[in-house]
Amino acid sequence: MSSVTVIRPKKIFHFSDLKELWQYRELLYFFSWRDLKVRYKQTAIGASWAIFQPFITMVIFTVFFGNLAKMPSDGVPYPIFVYVGLLFWQFFSSALADTSNTLIANQAIITKVYFPRLILPISAVLTKLVDFFIASLILVGLMLYYGYTPNLEGLLILPLLLIITFMAAVGAGLSLAAINVKYRDVRYALPFFIQILLFVTPVIYPASIAGIYSKFLAINPMMGVIQNARAALLGTTPINWTLIGASALASVILLLIGIYVFKKVERYFADII
Amino acid sequence: MEPIIEVKNIGKKYTITHERGRYIALRDVLMTIARKPFAFLADKAKSVAGLKKKEEFWALKNVSFSINKGEIVGIIGHNGAGKSTLLKILSQITPPTEGEIILRGRVGSLLEVGTGFHPELSGRENIFLNGAILGMTRREMASKFDQIVEFAGIEKFLDTPVKYYSSGMYVRLAFSVAAHMESDILLIDEVLAVGDAEFQKKCLGKMDEITQRDGRTIIFVSHNLGAIQSLCTSTILMKNGYMEKIGPTAEIINFYQNHLIDTQNVDLRRETRRRGSGLLKLINFHMEDAYGKKLTTLKSGDDAVFVLSYECDNPHKINKVDVGLSIDRNMTPVSTFYSSYTKEDFGPISSSGEFRFVAKKLPLAEGVYGIGARVIADGIEADWPKANIGQIQVSNPTLFIDKNYRTNPASTLIINGSWNHKELHR
Repeated sequence: MSSVTVIRPKKIFHFSDLKELWQYRELLYFFSWRDLKVRYKQTAIGASWAIFQPFITMVIFTVFFGNLAKMPSDGVPYPIFVYVGLLFWQFFSSALADTSNTLIANQAIITKVYFPRLILPISAVLTKLVDFFIASLILVGLMLYYGYTPNLEGLLILPLLLIITFMAAVGAGLSLAAINVKYRDVRYALPFFIQILLFVTPVIYPASIAGIYSKFLAINPMMGVIQNARAALLGTTPINWTLIGASALASVILLLIGIYVFKKVERYFADII
Repeated sequence: MEPIIEVKNIGKKYTITHERGRYIALRDVLMTIARKPFAFLADKAKSVAGLKKKEEFWALKNVSFSINKGEIVGIIGHNGAGKSTLLKILSQITPPTEGEIILRGRVGSLLEVGTGFHPELSGRENIFLNGAILGMTRREMASKFDQIVEFAGIEKFLDTPVKYYSSGMYVRLAFSVAAHMESDILLIDEVLAVGDAEFQKKCLGKMDEITQRDGRTIIFVSHNLGAIQSLCTSTILMKNGYMEKIGPTAEIINFYQNHLIDTQNVDLRRETRRRGSGLLKLINFHMEDAYGKKLTTLKSGDDAVFVLSYECDNPHKINKVDVGLSIDRNMTPVSTFYSSYTKEDFGPISSSGEFRFVAKKLPLAEGVYGIGARVIADGIEADWPKANIGQIQVSNPTLFIDKNYRTNPASTLIINGSWNHKELHR
């Protein structure tokens, strides 16, 4: 007999869970593939939606915050300044929104088939990562247009920033997904919550505007990510390794809490969904 | 040899919340805390200390059995007997509250046909998606792909989104994917009920084939006693969350038919899932033969009387009553008959009485059927118990002279006819 499964009442988090997750990696791929395929089949403009959304937002922000409100942008043209922020922010916020809804959206599958439930939120974030890469094309265009070339250090740091964003989105999303199953009204409050977060994250303004308070803002892992993404790509400030460390720490903590909360209620999803 | 499935003392407890069917809103919980913080704390403390009385109910209790490799085991029982809960625990969808299960082999479950099918995706794409959800690897699916398509018979529509499929095609494709799964243990819930008879037969044949050839073990939950009988070597009978009996299929089905399908008297007073003005209420259901003797099972070809007793507090308010009786099998309607069809309206009525539906030479085929009833008073629905008011077992047709007959287990009707032969001279 190749595999033996033992089913017992309570299961705490175990390293075998990771092994199991690895065994189900193809399902992870298929869920992401399904979401992308369906979305691009349903929306008429397809993949361009991923470009369109951040681009229009950038234009509007540039007009209102850049030109009219004269928001400082660390000496960088405002469109490219805000686009770097938006790129990471939209990856984070859309991943967070999707992740927290993923269990409800897939309840038909959850109540009928077993698979490690963690796959669902992770695949939701992976889907958004694809959008991120598509939207990055605009950034490349903007950088060429404004004549910015990132240095090598800057390029090397980008994957790290993405990983931090990924962990923060998955972590916060896991907790929210678990809460969402129990309290169904949470999802109505979430868009508001995300909107508030946008304003305490230096997306439309530079972090320097917050002065000494920027230290408190560092709890928000997206602050470190966005500020350093600008440093890496546009050379606005030198790369702040302390801030990256703080962001990484915050996102790891978020992820651990998320996994803990998720695992705690995971086995009972099918009963309460 | 060790059994492939060992179930030891499995129990599953559910806590009944009063807001059944409604989800809990965080807003409500926060409001409760804000309004009565101390009451909330006391309540919380009580439940932590285990003092708080919760309404609990055991959907399963003390279930133990073991199954050897290559067996096909059926699970039968009434609605709510715990069949589906047991299957959900075996397939790890929900955990047991107590006990332990050991499964020695790869488990595949088919609790629903086409789980995860996406209407926008094509048949080809859904095969891969569904396969992945069921736990197949991409390599496995690629090697089985042609067989899956062929079995489902959808070659021409492979690249059509499944939202354009007929329900028959949809079911065929879904079952086909599941049937080609290379698992050692296959758990199947009432899924065949949806396909057409021809396909059901094909599926049963396929299931038989895979157990014979690959020595696969199958657990099969069904209301269709015919399918259980023709497929399963042994059967488990569930009753109220307990395992009533396990043994050879013929023996268990016989026991079930004789002891558990009780339609002698179905008390409808306590049924809460009902609709209507309530001016007149159905309170009891039973069946009789043509001579007034109460029956527990019916024989096809015999006359049968379905008796609905009612009570009415204000009979003078009713002028005319129309009463209907419906028969269904696996949720599919088989027959509906209202008294108004034959222009028989009753009225005036008394404060209590019986409506009697006489079925002449009952044309139902062998199987279990659900009975429904609805009463309309003066054009307004007076009482409609939404769930079935009873399940009836139809057996041993007396229509047939040959007792060794075999009818297709999926057929629902036997037309009372006769054959003859006419020679033609050229």
